[in-house]
Amino acid sequence: MADATAVESGLRVVGRPIPRHDARDKVAAATAYAADFALPGMLHAFVLRSPYPSAKIVRLDTARALATPGVAAVLTARDVPRNALSTDVPGQTTTVGPLRATLHVLAEGRVRHQGEPVALIAAETLAQARAAAEAVDVEYAPLPAVFSPSEALAPGAPAVHDSGNLLAQWRIARGDLAAGFARAAVVVEGEYVTQFVDSAYLEPESGVAWIDSDGVITIRLSTQVIEHFRDVAEVLDVPQNRVRVIGTYLGGGFGGKEDVTVEVYLGLLALRTGRPVKMVWTRQESLLGRAKRHPYRLRYRTGALSTGEIVAQEIDLLGDSGAYAYLSALVLLYSTVTAAGPYRTPAVSVTARVAYTNNPPTSAMRGFGAMQTVFGYESQMERVARALGLDPVRVRAVNALRKGDTLPVGQVMETHVALPELAARAWEALGTPTSPRAPHVKIGRGLACNFQPYGRIVWLHDWSSAWIGFEMDGSLVVRCGAPDVGGGQASSLVQIASEVLGVPLERIVVHVSDSALTPLSGTTTASRQLYMSGNACLKAARELRAQLLPVAARMLDVAVEALEMVDGEVVATDGRSVSLRNLLAQCARASVPRSHLGVYHAPSGEPVDLHAGAGKVFPDYTFGAHAAEVEVDTETGEVRVLRYAAAHDVGRAINPQSVEGQIQGGAVQGLGYGLMEEVVLEDGINLTTSFASYLIPTAADVPDVEAIVLESGEGLGPFHARGIGEPPIGPPAAAIANAIEAATGARITRLPITAERVARALGLVS
Amino acid sequence: MKLLINGRTREVEAPAADQTLLGVLRDTLGIFDVKEGCGEGVCGACTVLLDGRPISSCLFLAAAVRGRAIVTVKGLEREGGLHPLQEAFVRHGAVQCGFCTPGMLLTALAFLETNPRPDRDEIRHALEGNLCRCTGYAKIVDAIEAYARNGDDRG
Repeated sequence: MADATAVESGLRVVGRPIPRHDARDKVAAATAYAADFALPGMLHAFVLRSPYPSAKIVRLDTARALATPGVAAVLTARDVPRNALSTDVPGQTTTVGPLRATLHVLAEGRVRHQGEPVALIAAETLAQARAAAEAVDVEYAPLPAVFSPSEALAPGAPAVHDSGNLLAQWRIARGDLAAGFARAAVVVEGEYVTQFVDSAYLEPESGVAWIDSDGVITIRLSTQVIEHFRDVAEVLDVPQNRVRVIGTYLGGGFGGKEDVTVEVYLGLLALRTGRPVKMVWTRQESLLGRAKRHPYRLRYRTGALSTGEIVAQEIDLLGDSGAYAYLSALVLLYSTVTAAGPYRTPAVSVTARVAYTNNPPTSAMRGFGAMQTVFGYESQMERVARALGLDPVRVRAVNALRKGDTLPVGQVMETHVALPELAARAWEALGTPTSPRAPHVKIGRGLACNFQPYGRIVWLHDWSSAWIGFEMDGSLVVRCGAPDVGGGQASSLVQIASEVLGVPLERIVVHVSDSALTPLSGTTTASRQLYMSGNACLKAARELRAQLLPVAARMLDVAVEALEMVDGEVVATDGRSVSLRNLLAQCARASVPRSHLGVYHAPSGEPVDLHAGAGKVFPDYTFGAHAAEVEVDTETGEVRVLRYAAAHDVGRAINPQSVEGQIQGGAVQGLGYGLMEEVVLEDGINLTTSFASYLIPTAADVPDVEAIVLESGEGLGPFHARGIGEPPIGPPAAAIANAIEAATGARITRLPITAERVARALGLVS
Repeated sequence: MKLLINGRTREVEAPAADQTLLGVLRDTLGIFDVKEGCGEGVCGACTVLLDGRPISSCLFLAAAVRGRAIVTVKGLEREGGLHPLQEAFVRHGAVQCGFCTPGMLLTALAFLETNPRPDRDEIRHALEGNLCRCTGYAKIVDAIEAYARNGDDRG
């Protein structure tokens, strides 16, 4: 790591594997999730959804439903004050002009996917709400539909929207492609297909809304984005300061709770009825109603010299947006920027398109477009290595980006790129090869590297804020709008405040995720919360320290530089000290504030012309390398992962235990993606709306993931941390496919890699 | 009908024939330490111990538990403190979002009654009916293994 910086030493709290404060509550089941909350007189709400993937609503009559017992409200599109919901860039950001995407809160005249919300019901009991939904008279007339993006873009395809089926396209062209391929010793072509995937968090979408004092519509729910209070206000046609969103500790998010879920419905029903309303989706509703991860068709043509050096890549990407835009244009942008991988490539062409279909909508999910491409570029990298007889670690090291290199999109890498070391460490961690347990079982190993942006696109002008203040007894309060999705977001803020202000962890309380009472911090998405809110918290803590220390210096009659804040005291180099309690009392007498609001603005820029190769798109990237050892049963096609190592450069691990947890959890989600998960659709109808049919990995399906945490000391977050929420989900599918090829010679190009697909590739079934 | 929950007797109206134990616990009694993840007996979030054995309370009819002992995660605490397995979960970082945690703890404890010294594979198989989407399971297995090895895992 020649060009990397050493990590800061001498820290007391940061960098230690400290058990998280929220873990104690959670093991005692003392955490009140969104559904663990009730109010007197509360109504129960239900969404009536379309059974058709494409149909005209010929008749929609609520009279019979309104007459059923216990019903308080039945709403359709015409009852919604402003029936349009923006789904483009939630959070503390500016809008992005042409990317602005909207959809109807409730269907107007036609439905475009199965599960599209048509009517909204509130009743005294959930059973009554469901009964009333049955009594809503809806008559549908099926319309022509289209279920794949390639069909959708074919001439004469049924139009999902009047604007046409091509939702967005991006292009990158850099270097002389023809000359690159002419130089190549080997040219590898491949087409890869990825699938629809569900977030499948354990906690379904849920929340409770009520009208609070001053008419403030208050919505307590499981969300990654409390800033949706603004979207709710727009829909309800009330001022934005009349809607408050309280985010609970989430039972998982993974992007699925980034878009609006229940908050708009709850707001509408609370406003209409004046009563508290609860909405909790069943697993079936969640699997039916929530946006999925985008399936892609990825076409690659890769040329390399005999040394393994990649000289040209021609890439064509096609994604399925489903029936509405949501965040598809942005997801596609992530795919476009990452398509050629974390490698030096002198000539690159990327053409990326995403199209509307009558499938379920697709939107944010962990990896956000930068993870589907890993399956493409790392399958290609392996094929190049095999064609040239090169070692997999070597071929990545030959091609790896270095600090100062320029990505195809024109962005210069400004921090250390640890790829060669990560690849070597992951590969070595597999240890001595396992012997096959039977003659028909083959063992193989595969490697896959990746890079994932952390922080939001620079032209979204992202920012975060955090407030830190002392109570008179020296205990500390941190307030920050960041939702905690379970990754330790709140706990990291506590660690940072403790480090700077010398307050023991147990003397700090953190309040998060309340749009009225905590300073806004933006979304818990894009691997940005430690980076952004960590920086805001660090800034608040340092500035608060700078406010207090001069007072202590006067009390002890020493220079500020001679003081340290440690263990709840201010200590001078000569050993004398003043307690926080006395210092704070003195601050009160001297009119020195005991709190500070820290605001952090990310490096920002203007929108770039991708095609012109104009420059910076993301603040920075996190790099990783995963290695897998698999066994393949050549009689059945069954694949078992025997060993798995996942290495990432996190810049600086604020809490190594949490970092390992993110890496292990992300890798296992990635193994689910690679080996078993698929939302199965038949002409737009979802056949996997239960956990019995939508399978995610169980404890018995996966091995222990060995997390390898590299700290280069280079990242844009607090103490030079990088984001680590999303990156570990990228490599597993490619690592597994590469290992299967090493074991059997068969190349799998379609996800998930089920036993049936492997059996087919091995010629066991036709 | 009388229910024995965490050693205390609770009186509820006779449940409807199709009412689940989960429904009675959460909706009637407000016992929110039992979670609902899927409602179809797959994910294990609603696990409770019935006469010491783990069951999916979302599938179990309430009428069938009359007079039998139910333990939820709140029933694990000892003298106001956490159970050593709960402490092990905290110490080993076995908790992320925490939604699967109550069910995981109860399943693990019931399993350790039958197999007090399991290896990691046996622990993994015992947890097959409890889904976790956050941790990748490794630290959950670490916690259970450490607890089994050390008794109360104070070392």
